[in-house]
Amino acid sequence: MKIASKIYSALIFIFLYAPILVLVVFSFNDTETGSRTIWSGFTLKWYKMLFEDRLLLEALTNTLIIAVITAVISTALGTMAAIGINAMNKRTKKVMLTVTNLPMVNPEIVTGVSLMLLFVFFVQVFGGKSLGMVSLIAAHITFCLPYVILNVLPKLRQMNPNLYEAAQDLGCTPFKAFYKVVLPEILPGITTGFIMSLTLSIDDFVISYFTSGTTQTLPIYIYSMTRKRVSPEINALSTLLFAVILVLLIIVNVRNSKDKKEGKAN
Amino acid sequence: MKNKWLAAPYTVWMVIFIILPLILVGFFAFTDKEGYFTLDNIMKVGQYSNVFLRSIWLGLLATVICLVLAYPLAYIISKASFKQQTVLTMLVMMPMWMNFLLRTYAWMSLLEDNGIINNFLVSIGLPRIHMINTSGAVVLGMVYNYIPYMILPLYSVLTKINGSVIEAAQDLGANNVKVFMKVIIPMSMPGIISGITMVFVPAVSTFIISKMLGGGGNLLIGDLIDMQFLGSAYNPNLGSAISLVLMVIILICMGIMNQFDDDEEGSGGVMI
Repeated sequence: MKIASKIYSALIFIFLYAPILVLVVFSFNDTETGSRTIWSGFTLKWYKMLFEDRLLLEALTNTLIIAVITAVISTALGTMAAIGINAMNKRTKKVMLTVTNLPMVNPEIVTGVSLMLLFVFFVQVFGGKSLGMVSLIAAHITFCLPYVILNVLPKLRQMNPNLYEAAQDLGCTPFKAFYKVVLPEILPGITTGFIMSLTLSIDDFVISYFTSGTTQTLPIYIYSMTRKRVSPEINALSTLLFAVILVLLIIVNVRNSKDKKEGKAN
Repeated sequence: MKNKWLAAPYTVWMVIFIILPLILVGFFAFTDKEGYFTLDNIMKVGQYSNVFLRSIWLGLLATVICLVLAYPLAYIISKASFKQQTVLTMLVMMPMWMNFLLRTYAWMSLLEDNGIINNFLVSIGLPRIHMINTSGAVVLGMVYNYIPYMILPLYSVLTKINGSVIEAAQDLGANNVKVFMKVIIPMSMPGIISGITMVFVPAVSTFIISKMLGGGGNLLIGDLIDMQFLGSAYNPNLGSAISLVLMVIILICMGIMNQFDDDEEGSGGVMI
């Protein structure tokens, strides 16, 4: 049984990682024709081409700007919303949470299309520029907000509500009481919400695709590359992205296990 | 801390960016290009019933395959030591951190007629198999992209099952099969439900996977919508009508699924 389950897990993980391995290996493939399936020697030229690709660097910058602005705004707005929702009576709370869940339950393509209609409608009514950075950021905030709220809300529920009042009784102003008592309690939820917003925003393709106009983000650029299906540049890009993620995950994990060990020592 | 007005900015945001867009979809679905009321768009959706059936069929197929493949793995992970569990769940999650366009692109180079799998088959003296641009390739793409969404919720319910419940069942005379059918499966139901929804919803509404792996012959609902909004067949009214029908189908499916889920806090599963 033990061996059978080892073999089974190995097979599933081969299935999960084989395509990624193929991408990585062929990013080093020295080919004239740009073939992505026949191996003909080692090279780093695709990486060099990648860094000389002005459009790609522009798309990357856009993606990062959008992600940071999105994460900051949706974390602030979402945390405020979670505190507000937590204070509501049961029925209002239920209505709020049902609407909040909509972007998570709805197929992405429907959210994308509906936001596209909204932005086109705005342009028609109020004039102004067509779709671009602003509409992208608004769209990203919209699909990130539920994740922030749903991460902060449980922390608020776990918190002892008397603590906040106790702090005020002991002479804290409401702001100070929030800052000194409530914030430290809900901070893990806020941090998770922030990080999730960042990654969701960087990774999003479907909703950006419908709301970007002519602005390029990294996933949109990748999409246009896959349509051309010629250059192993795209393999090089995948390899770099995967390496970055791998390093980040390892750092986070090492830090977590350190925290746990220290937590035990205390 | 009892200040519910803090939610006011979010409420405004919600109305403008969640509710208003959906109202617009409804408005476009029931009007013609001049903005007059019409049922034509909804009627036209009927012409595409084969596309709807194909999407639902392929989506269901992918969901079932995901469930069958994921359940044993989730069970194995939940039985591993604590340290192994962390590593294994990490391994399940990591591919999700790579953009799904790139992961799907990788399958293109594997499945092509001159692709890696076929080159390998030829080199060991077997005939080539035509794989890309078939509905099988589309299902494979769906399974590959969405299987982590099935493994993780299953794993999170399976780890929570108390071992003494299983022992109790065994003490009362249940054999392994019976324990599995009568105890483990019912207790993992919330995970099964959220896994099914998390795989089925994106699978049924995808347009990238069918475009990249399905060629032109495996049009799905998502492709139809894409064509109406950003493609050659520009017609936002028809596109909205299709989106509306898609939304209704998914609501019905979720309603059916929720019948099996008696868990009150059924938000379910892990979120990365």
